[in-house]
Amino acid sequence: MSVIETHRTAPSPVSRWLDYARRNPATVICCALLLAFLLIAIFAPLLAGDPLKINPALRLKPPSDDAIWGRDHLGRDVFARAIYGTRVSMLVGFSVAILVTLFGVAIGVYAGLSPIGGAVVMRLTDAMMAIPAVLLAIAFASLMNAGLLTVIIAITIPEVPRMVRLVRSVVLGVRQQLHVTAAISIGTSGLPLVWRHILPNTLGPVLVQATYACASAIIASAVLSFLGVGLSPEVPSWGGMMADARQQFRIHPILMLYPGVLLSLLVLAVNILGDRLSDALDQRKSRRSGL
Amino acid sequence: MSHSPILEVDNLSLEFHTDGRTVYALDKVSFNLARGETLSLVGESGCGKSVTAMAVMGLLPKGNARITSGNIRLAGTDLVGMPERQMQAIRGNRIGMVFQDPMSSLNPVHTIGMQIAEAVQRHKHVSRHDAWARARQMLDLVRIPDAGSRLTAYPHELSGGQRQRVMIAMALACDPELLIADEPTTALDVTVQAQILELIADLKTELGMSVLLITHDLGVVAATADRMMVMYAGRIVEEGPVERIFARPSHGYTAGLLRSLPGHESQRRGVLTEIAGTVPRLDRPVEGCVYAPRCAFAEAGCGAPLPPARQIEAGHRSACIREAAVFAEMSNNEIVRSWA
Repeated sequence: MSVIETHRTAPSPVSRWLDYARRNPATVICCALLLAFLLIAIFAPLLAGDPLKINPALRLKPPSDDAIWGRDHLGRDVFARAIYGTRVSMLVGFSVAILVTLFGVAIGVYAGLSPIGGAVVMRLTDAMMAIPAVLLAIAFASLMNAGLLTVIIAITIPEVPRMVRLVRSVVLGVRQQLHVTAAISIGTSGLPLVWRHILPNTLGPVLVQATYACASAIIASAVLSFLGVGLSPEVPSWGGMMADARQQFRIHPILMLYPGVLLSLLVLAVNILGDRLSDALDQRKSRRSGL
Repeated sequence: MSHSPILEVDNLSLEFHTDGRTVYALDKVSFNLARGETLSLVGESGCGKSVTAMAVMGLLPKGNARITSGNIRLAGTDLVGMPERQMQAIRGNRIGMVFQDPMSSLNPVHTIGMQIAEAVQRHKHVSRHDAWARARQMLDLVRIPDAGSRLTAYPHELSGGQRQRVMIAMALACDPELLIADEPTTALDVTVQAQILELIADLKTELGMSVLLITHDLGVVAATADRMMVMYAGRIVEEGPVERIFARPSHGYTAGLLRSLPGHESQRRGVLTEIAGTVPRLDRPVEGCVYAPRCAFAEAGCGAPLPPARQIEAGHRSACIREAAVFAEMSNNEIVRSWA
């Protein structure tokens, strides 16, 4: 089969891309969705008006030209708040994913290579994972001053152990692979051995886990805002909007729906991309789907 | 000095400790490897061939492998108990190693050029550019066509035989005095096997190195080695020049191996001969001959503590007390007659 393919003229990048899109519509839709959220977060000031301006006279006003999703109980523009709320979710999601990856990989590699250090680290992660992540995040958030950084740190800390465990188990496997022994046999040792031969071979599972960390961080940040921990209430965030809408739920359920749907869409997109990434990195599956 | 052996293994005993169990993997293994010589270590899976190689390279897992006695001397320097940092300076620089499975012995995420250059840069103080030039030179040396453009190829773009050539290039990039080839052709096609063995033999002559060739294939031994050692259950049972051992097998186990080779006139299309029984578990030290329970020539005396290996003739030693009976029986064997 490969013989036939090499004789065919290579398809143009565009047609290859279209072919890929036709076979993997979910991946493409999720990518587009994520890109859209990213653009919304970056260009929020161009898309919506002031999300902070309180106007009690217009409280709970139904959708109109100046506020297309209506106004909340303080007369704030719901659409503007939803648009600006994207910023918090994206910022928290991506920051946590990056921080979790950095710390998780560093600690996980150490745990995988040092037998004694590994045992200590594993017991610590066991202890941390026994406590629900959100509970731990609330505890950390309440210990620090309110603010975005607090939220990011509070969500990162309980996420790290999961990554540590994964990286450690992958490192334990990679360390046994023949090419690592071969690298040692040519004299490679220490940091170059880890950096060139062990780390790159853990990248696949780490990337997938990072997307899951991102998704769960977005939910966790919404939960924290909903509970009123972390960010101050005037900062527009989807969790905070839902908390505000909860009081009006009987009369204006739609106020809850806007941030809820956006949150679900974003988390779904990130999760599906994570799944696709994990399939693509799995040699056997990706060959079947022709990725 | 140059006439002294490059590698001297003297009375090496080694144990593995796992979950409170002890495995006596090597029992008083002694051998010398002369400069420019190809010495073959033959035996079945689990007999300690690879463990011997790993012990020389210092690659045994530190947690559970313990050398209980003996020395491993590389050009006179003892490697047993050598600090890890000094050992790192020897690996790849003075001893190169080629592994059994070329499909997994190269790092899939780096180009082959980078992996060869890494070996050079680790040991020689040369620039990146010079290391890559050396990598290219090595690919030429191991006869990979179009070396310049193959440098940037990834392992998955190469065939098994080519990967093994790259592995050899990596092992030899720093001009080691000793090459340890641990079943270098076992995972390859028969036609490729011959090419790789030929390559190793040629490079040995070109570079003037010594080769320790580990294999379970007597055909490989016959084709490439100067001397051979037969290993069984962690002991060297017979040692000598290849043509002497094939012509005058003097250990029950060597005889068993020779008789198991297929393709005799007597057994063409017939049932393959095997050695009855299985390799013993090495969980306790054995006083007498470890092979006796499976040996066709065994007698009561085989269970008693063994005398030192007897000299059959100059350079040919056997640990078998029944060596005369073994040879008498084997002198009619087709292979033995063809070598006599």
